[in-house]
Amino acid sequence: MALVEPLEVEIPDAPVPARPAPVGLPMVAARTRPVALAREALLPVLPALEGLLPEPGLRRGTTVGVGGGPGATSLALALGAAASAVGSWAGAVGLPSLGLEAAGELGVALERLLLVEPPPDRWATVVAALLDAVDLVHIALPPRVRLGDARRLAARARERGAVLVVHAPGAVGTGAWPEAPAVRLTVAESAWEGPAGGGAGRLHARRVEVVGGGRGAAARPRRAALWLPDATGSVRLAEPGSTPSRRRVEAAS
Amino acid sequence: MTTRTLVVWCPDWPVVAAGAGPEDAVAVVFANRVVACSAAARVEGVRRGLRRREAQGRCPDLVLVAADPDRDARAFEPVAAAVATLSPRLEVLRPGTLALPTRGPSRYFGGDEALAGRAAALATEALDGRGSARSGVADGPFAALLAARAGPEATTVVPPGGSAAFLAPHPVATLELALDAEGGTTGRELAELLARLGVRTLGAVAALPAGAVLGRFGSLGARAARLTRGEDERPPDLRRPEPDLVVALELDPPAERVETAAFAARTLAAELGERLGRRGLACTAVAVEAETEHGEALSRRWRSEGGLSPAALADRVRWQLDGWLHGSAAARPTGGISLLRLVPDAVVPDEGRQLGFWGGATDADERAARGVARLQGLLGPDAVTVPSPSGGRSPGERGRRVPAHVVRLGAAVVAPSRAPAAGPWPGALPPPSPVVTHERPLPAAVVDAEGRPVGVTGRGLVSAEPQQVAVAGAPPATVVAWAGPWPVDERWWDPASARRRARLQVVLPDGEAHLLGLEGGRWEVEATYD
Repeated sequence: MALVEPLEVEIPDAPVPARPAPVGLPMVAARTRPVALAREALLPVLPALEGLLPEPGLRRGTTVGVGGGPGATSLALALGAAASAVGSWAGAVGLPSLGLEAAGELGVALERLLLVEPPPDRWATVVAALLDAVDLVHIALPPRVRLGDARRLAARARERGAVLVVHAPGAVGTGAWPEAPAVRLTVAESAWEGPAGGGAGRLHARRVEVVGGGRGAAARPRRAALWLPDATGSVRLAEPGSTPSRRRVEAAS
Repeated sequence: MTTRTLVVWCPDWPVVAAGAGPEDAVAVVFANRVVACSAAARVEGVRRGLRRREAQGRCPDLVLVAADPDRDARAFEPVAAAVATLSPRLEVLRPGTLALPTRGPSRYFGGDEALAGRAAALATEALDGRGSARSGVADGPFAALLAARAGPEATTVVPPGGSAAFLAPHPVATLELALDAEGGTTGRELAELLARLGVRTLGAVAALPAGAVLGRFGSLGARAARLTRGEDERPPDLRRPEPDLVVALELDPPAERVETAAFAARTLAAELGERLGRRGLACTAVAVEAETEHGEALSRRWRSEGGLSPAALADRVRWQLDGWLHGSAAARPTGGISLLRLVPDAVVPDEGRQLGFWGGATDADERAARGVARLQGLLGPDAVTVPSPSGGRSPGERGRRVPAHVVRLGAAVVAPSRAPAAGPWPGALPPPSPVVTHERPLPAAVVDAEGRPVGVTGRGLVSAEPQQVAVAGAPPATVVAWAGPWPVDERWWDPASARRRARLQVVLPDGEAHLLGLEGGRWEVEATYD
């Protein structure tokens, strides 16, 4: 069979209907997002601690400074306990000596806790990255915090809706958070109960007096007496009564 | 329409990659569970999914090896290279399993049986006695994989159109082989759900009406149903991926080390993932092409039916380069990697995932996982740690940290003091635990009323009441209250690791409280009740 030459025919291109430029999916998602976000603006907080804060919860985006005497670290962890229990993630930067069993006892969900020890030159980058990822970030003050870094981190927390909890050193220390935090909790007094003299007993409950203050709405000082923890391990308000007594050990003969 | 596929499967690949033979009792362990075991271990009763202790209990001579996906992939590269001589369209599904469409090679080598035998022989030769290889040919990769795994002989050929009949008697648990992406469990959960509902074999799944399966189980169930009928998992997509989905990166200077190239591949994979995401697509097969400055090239196709995330993609590039650069001297390239190209081969509409309404994966979990990945990229894989409660007597032992990539993020972790059966640790301190556990205990000095150091007698009593404690060079503070001692004599049967330690709780003025430990005549502050 002889090959047939293909016929050269000019077929004009059919007019292509003008298609609208493809709208990127992110833009569609932004247009269809509901106006009111389901995510709340307040992170829940243990009932015992509500009286110390200006609102019955931790407002997302605030910076909280926790300091004062012994008990500050426990108080800072207890602040995040209620939020952690309902599903929020928490992170801790620069706290290599955090007692994880104690954190679990105070109510922090250990499966939603991330711990990072960055080198000093990347500290601010790491805190910023964690603020994007989790709802609550505990930080210990590095030896020198630059004002610019502190302001940027506070702004990042505000923008991302995360809470930054600064563990300030108890004693007159190497540095302080350069900017006054929005909410400030200070442990004024603390006393342990338990040892019965002569080595008997054990530490089993601690009564602390906490003073809450801060800027703006939190400026009015609040005071509360708490068990941190009480004999059953929970954090609750202590009955108002005598100031925590400091008992001297009577030498058991 | 299905593509007739040949699958070559090397049983117990992680064990073979670790360098053990079938007669050694070896198990590969990840996150405290067995992921692969050798034939000798299987005879003793060790199975996949057992906890480490139970596996050791069943086989006391068991040798445990930590899982290392990089090692598995690196060791598999010579096998893939050997079988790739049969056809350039070879695809690696995961280390240990590869697939290739048989249309061309089958005709060339004279039939499916001949091709399967040749492929198995090539793979066995590349393994060089360290392991064996089985092959199977059937319509569709899933049936071929089951033919290779469960077929009666080392090479099994299922006649064309006989896949559905071949698959029918297999249990539904085999669906997880096809449906689970890296580390995912959706396929396994679907299989368990089907089993609970009474649908126990693949034939029973195939007999269910397709519309009902789609309505009840969603798109995952529809994919599973297609598989059981012997069809391809998704309808073949005749669109060619658009040209701008191909991403390439020139490395200048050429990368001599795998880590440099792998780092570049990570950004490349992220960019590809973003471009696909913008179009609502996911890719299930990718061709990774690498070229050196001297013109040598290696191209390998990777397929994963569950979709390839940017992290999985970057892993595969690293495996490919690792296998190439550290492979046999004949195949090793002479120069550094100068060009990396990712060509998505099979793009499918991304179905997305329904996030859990309560429980399950939530938005917060995903955000945290992304944050962890980012921090690991910044600081290295061990930078982010998570708590891992373990037993012990001191607070430092009980609150351990492990790198985040070792555990399943978000899996429930029970704090030891709250666990109902926490196990007895006589000598451990009861709760409340100290909140600050010093990694390096601080030196301390404890003196009694006369200024003599306080000790603990052999009967576990203090020699005198402690009156003053000086912590790490600070001025001595008066002891307000104290409790203890808690003496502990650990591992007394082993002189090398025996530890005799006594712990004391002291309360100093202003509510400061410490946990002191005495060992070898020296006091130290183990922890502080802050």
